[in-house]
Amino acid sequence: MNQESHRNLNIVERPLIKQKPEKTVLSLSAFAYLYSELIQYNIDKSANTTELEERLDKVGYEIGLRINELLSCREKTLRRRTEILDILKFIHSTVWPAFFGKNADDLQQAAAAEDEYMISDYDMKFTKFISVPRSYGSFNPGALVAGIVRGVLDSAGFPARVSAHTVEDRERSRKPITTILVKFHSVVMTRQLYIEKVKKG
Amino acid sequence: MLFYSLYVINKSGGLVFNRDYANFAKVNVNDALRLASIWHSLHAISCQISPIQGCSGIELLEADTFDLHSFQTLTGTKFLLIVEKGSQYVPMYLQKIYEYYCDYVLKNPFYEIEQVIKCDLFEEEVESLLKSRAP
Repeated sequence: MNQESHRNLNIVERPLIKQKPEKTVLSLSAFAYLYSELIQYNIDKSANTTELEERLDKVGYEIGLRINELLSCREKTLRRRTEILDILKFIHSTVWPAFFGKNADDLQQAAAAEDEYMISDYDMKFTKFISVPRSYGSFNPGALVAGIVRGVLDSAGFPARVSAHTVEDRERSRKPITTILVKFHSVVMTRQLYIEKVKKG
Repeated sequence: MLFYSLYVINKSGGLVFNRDYANFAKVNVNDALRLASIWHSLHAISCQISPIQGCSGIELLEADTFDLHSFQTLTGTKFLLIVEKGSQYVPMYLQKIYEYYCDYVLKNPFYEIEQVIKCDLFEEEVESLLKSRAP
């Protein structure tokens, strides 16, 4: 296969492992129109905002399942992640750059619950141009990204409930922050406790 | 340079957005609607009566207390900015507002084409562009 003609190849014909670390650049406007149409299509099919979020989440889930395989395949050292912090760091530092070109802005554990974690993005590119009207209540267009995270976690063996929320920012006082809230299933928590117990000896 | 108001007119001549940015320049809603349709007709007439072929419509209306700058896009949407007399570089602002329209209105899934603009992000961006110019 001719090395130089990579860019001329159809996207599904290009090799999975990139020969040189080239960054793929995609038009944000093109994606914004596509996503806008996806949302409009699902609005017609949904009876309420919960169903709309579920539908977008389902689309993201399919993406997440596959992106986990692709990104793991491209990694220099194949390593299976068994601990919660490891998989969350993978999402924060590998999955986010694959979609947005930069790491996620914040990763923290919820103060209230042990099994809840929050990944924040100060300026989510996917939803940059979307203004949700008041009649849609708490609908968050970041539901697609929540679905992607859920897909990655599920295919890595960490079933969780993932949702997107908008948080008003106190310090930065500019745009509201999109936060992806991850709530792991009890299976994951018991497993994590067991792993920690074994580590301690 | 002071911006008094912004009007956005769709291609059928209906008013889709109007906002007043100076405290004293409040215009009645019905008057705003009339202004929009009258301007739309005047704009069309000006293209027809031009003695030279290929007129693109009225760009500037100068009165003694204000200037009205008009910008028509390729799709027939018109942006009107009513500004303080003698303001400079207004077409640049119109261009910027057109960019905001393309970004925050046209890429918004909840906006219906040719309907009234009710997009928070668009209003915020335009307001931060125009309101800060007050002396």
